[in-house]
Amino acid sequence: MTTDAAREQLRQFILNNYLFTDEQSALADDASFLDNGILDSMGILELIDFLDEGFNIKVAGDELVPENLDSINSVLKFLAAKAQG
Amino acid sequence: MCGIVGIVAANPTPPEAQHTVLAAMASRLLHRGPDADGYYCQGAVGLGHRRLSIIDLAGGAQPMQTADGALCVTFNGEIFNFIELRQALEQKGYKFSTHSDTEVILHLYREYGMDFPNKLNGQFAIGLWDVARQQLILVRDRVGICPLYYYFDSEQLVFASEIKALAPALPHGFTLNNQALDDIFTGWTCLPPETIFRDIWQVQPGEMLIVSDPKNITRQFYWQLNYPQNTGEYDRRTENQLIDELHHLLTDATSIRLRSDVPIGAYLSGGLDSSVLVALMHKQINAQLHTFSLGFTDPALDESAFQDRVVNFLGTQHSRRMIDYNQIAQSLVQTIWHTESPILRTAPVPMGLLSQWVHEQGYKVVLTGEGADEVLGGYDIFKEAKVRQFWAKQPSSSWRPQLLTRLYPYMELPKGDASVYLKRFFGVGLETPELLWHSHMPRWQTTSKAKLFFSDNFAASLNDNFESKISRLFPPQAANWHVFNRAQFLEIKTLMSGYLLTSQGDRMLTKHSVEGRFPFLDHRLMEFANRLPPKFKMKAMREKYLLRRMASIYLPPDISLRHKQPYRAPNVAASQDALFNSELADYLTADTCNRWGIFTANKVGFLLQKARAAKALNTSEAQALTGILTTHILLDQFCSRRI
Repeated sequence: MTTDAAREQLRQFILNNYLFTDEQSALADDASFLDNGILDSMGILELIDFLDEGFNIKVAGDELVPENLDSINSVLKFLAAKAQG
Repeated sequence: MCGIVGIVAANPTPPEAQHTVLAAMASRLLHRGPDADGYYCQGAVGLGHRRLSIIDLAGGAQPMQTADGALCVTFNGEIFNFIELRQALEQKGYKFSTHSDTEVILHLYREYGMDFPNKLNGQFAIGLWDVARQQLILVRDRVGICPLYYYFDSEQLVFASEIKALAPALPHGFTLNNQALDDIFTGWTCLPPETIFRDIWQVQPGEMLIVSDPKNITRQFYWQLNYPQNTGEYDRRTENQLIDELHHLLTDATSIRLRSDVPIGAYLSGGLDSSVLVALMHKQINAQLHTFSLGFTDPALDESAFQDRVVNFLGTQHSRRMIDYNQIAQSLVQTIWHTESPILRTAPVPMGLLSQWVHEQGYKVVLTGEGADEVLGGYDIFKEAKVRQFWAKQPSSSWRPQLLTRLYPYMELPKGDASVYLKRFFGVGLETPELLWHSHMPRWQTTSKAKLFFSDNFAASLNDNFESKISRLFPPQAANWHVFNRAQFLEIKTLMSGYLLTSQGDRMLTKHSVEGRFPFLDHRLMEFANRLPPKFKMKAMREKYLLRRMASIYLPPDISLRHKQPYRAPNVAASQDALFNSELADYLTADTCNRWGIFTANKVGFLLQKARAAKALNTSEAQALTGILTTHILLDQFCSRRI
């Protein structure tokens, strides 16, 4: 999957399920999910499930840190790092 | 409980016309008082009453006048100390012609004037007409157990036990109070004197209105919550002395609430509060006590096993009503007609089904443990506030917030270092622990997520906010109160009075002509508890410490020491079947959203899409969906036409 396709899929997931909109301008790629109240604890867990089901990425316990999961950009960076192994 | 109505007009009204309006108003309160009705029409004043007969079945008809016709009263509720008040008045020479508590109010007013509510121990909403002074006195009990609403313009002041009963006297229909909806979507309740409808007000708990004419209304509080301003003002007796005092007060509060000419039952949840109450009742009643409870088909919510333990120990005759999601869906529309407010969880619905069950078993009165958590310190939010205050002393600490995970063991958190997540969810206000409402900020933040669905136009119509209203709720001396007491004050003034005693209390009880009585809200017990050092409410993280010690007199340790379980009822938003395969679906369509313009149809569509997917909605989302649904039900019932 290309980075653009992954970005599109990830953005759609966050926009539809947590901001309840398809308005693209509602979410900047570097907006913090936590600081902006976009995801709560349950939301983080759902995001992990989504990465598993949509990208076949298993998130390890020590990877569950905001640096990896706190914005569209940080998740994409995390996905790229995982892809490189 | 009964239902009361009344009008004070600027100009005299023909009695027949007055009677017609009062009867139309009272007819909307038939559920509160099915046993009889009565009216008083005199010049510009009319009073009406719908009666649920409980004390002096033959002689307590209302509105009731003094023998000389100088005073007339319409009254909803109970004066539990009426026997003692009557004896004191008889010693002063007053003559009584009935055995009811209503007559005591008339003589008490004559003897003590505007100070009379301070003499009352009870739950009440009173409309009293003083012919000589040409004044109407409206009074509501100290904590808001009995409801009392009013409307006024230059021509008239109209009052009633429920908002719907005002309708026949209003010059126009009901319109939504946008700001009040914003308050409900923050703190679960609007703040008195406001209501969810524009220009409809409520007499506040502990407040008294003196109405000389519709343009001349004086408001004053005869009672207010208060707490010590320094440690020197706390009750300094020993722990054992305080336990004895609590025991004495709760025993007497229960005893006077057993005064009735009809049989009395009790609600038994299986928790500490209702268990100790039932134990006290059991000791005082020389007959088998009938207890009632809810059970839920969803095992995650059901407390039947705990209830059975108490029932077996105390030997009560017990009836349990089992509830499933579909019953809640089927009863929700009718429930909102009675709550007269949007709700964010459907927890009131089972309480309405329970009172129906009680009514069907032939009972009119039940005692419940409501109020113990607020008065004696039982809620998790008090513990949460304690941890957050501790954390705020070192905001950078990573282990201090970990204490919260002990508090909410069921909270799902990412593994690893959870402190960053805890900081996000509970850290709101961490830099401002001095705020009087610091304890409740995380809760309000979670609930406020439901406002994401407000339309731009609706959001633009709001010009005040909940926190600034809350700041006005506190008296000046609150700055010196202990943080634990501030949290108690907020819980009592907001969630207890505005939601638990109304939407989930009075409205669900009176829906089926049942009266609730609440010994833990006896004002003597509350005033005693308010002076307790906080350590006797919560010792370390052990809630309701003093009550537990007292309860051990009556109950075995597995009951008296059981950890507080919040009442959790099925939320309709958790059941796809209940939500989408019932009449409720019509209240969530894009057409309905567009018609009222409060919620953005597109966003509600995405929320429904998420609800239809296999995964459950989280707490905020379920609250939002329930809030949207019940707001539309309320608007349809009250604002789409004249009722």
